[in-house]
Amino acid sequence: MLRTESSPEVVTAWLSGEIDHHSAKEMRETIDREIERWRPALLILDFRDVSFMDSSGIGLVMGRYKNMSFIGGEVRVTNCSPCIYKVMKVAGLDRLAEITRQRSVSNK
Amino acid sequence: MKVANEMKLILNSSSVNEGFARVAVAAFVSRLDPTLEEISDIKTAVSEAVTNCTVHAYPDGVGPVYITVTVIKDGRVRIKIRDVGVGIEDIERAREPLFTTGGEERAGLGFAVMESFCDDVRVRSKPGKGTCVTLIKTVGERDE
Repeated sequence: MLRTESSPEVVTAWLSGEIDHHSAKEMRETIDREIERWRPALLILDFRDVSFMDSSGIGLVMGRYKNMSFIGGEVRVTNCSPCIYKVMKVAGLDRLAEITRQRSVSNK
Repeated sequence: MKVANEMKLILNSSSVNEGFARVAVAAFVSRLDPTLEEISDIKTAVSEAVTNCTVHAYPDGVGPVYITVTVIKDGRVRIKIRDVGVGIEDIERAREPLFTTGGEERAGLGFAVMESFCDDVRVRSKPGKGTCVTLIKTVGERDE
């Protein structure tokens, strides 16, 4: 599941739910359509509503990084929960894109 | 060694079952009072192993995935994820970070994630016979 907001400068994608091999395909396709259409200088991937992610999410970020590099743009990954950040770190994604963590939230 | 508790699960390798598999294993393990991080680690590692069955073990269709979760004494959990699919020719290579035969959108980090989220990962495989991945993880140990 995914919501996007786009302009010629920035495409922002708010991902939500669980990112795995099953769900990643549709998210990738939606984001790529927006990149293709707007060719923005910056792609922001917001993970605040992502409850789970495995290496399919790594593939999703790496693939979008590649596509954005191709058009000379950058990727920023925002609002990662500690668990999501841990998966990103395994892949060294913090060396490819700027990743920001979620500010600490109160226990629900 | 005395076995404390065990559960077995057989499901087919459709990608739609990836979510169910990791949640079922996490629910079974949750009785051991794991931390949120430990539960997340287990879900992620199981998701990787089951995805390998979906993507690699049965490339032309759907086959069975056998999951056995055994709670060994002292909060040690053993999770076996087995398939009877195509098997792995070169296990060492398959475990290498970034190596993948799964196409451009696969990061090739499945085993790397399993290894960094579990205490131990063992892989047995025979081409044409199938693969068995064993994950070992200690949970619920807190010095409070």
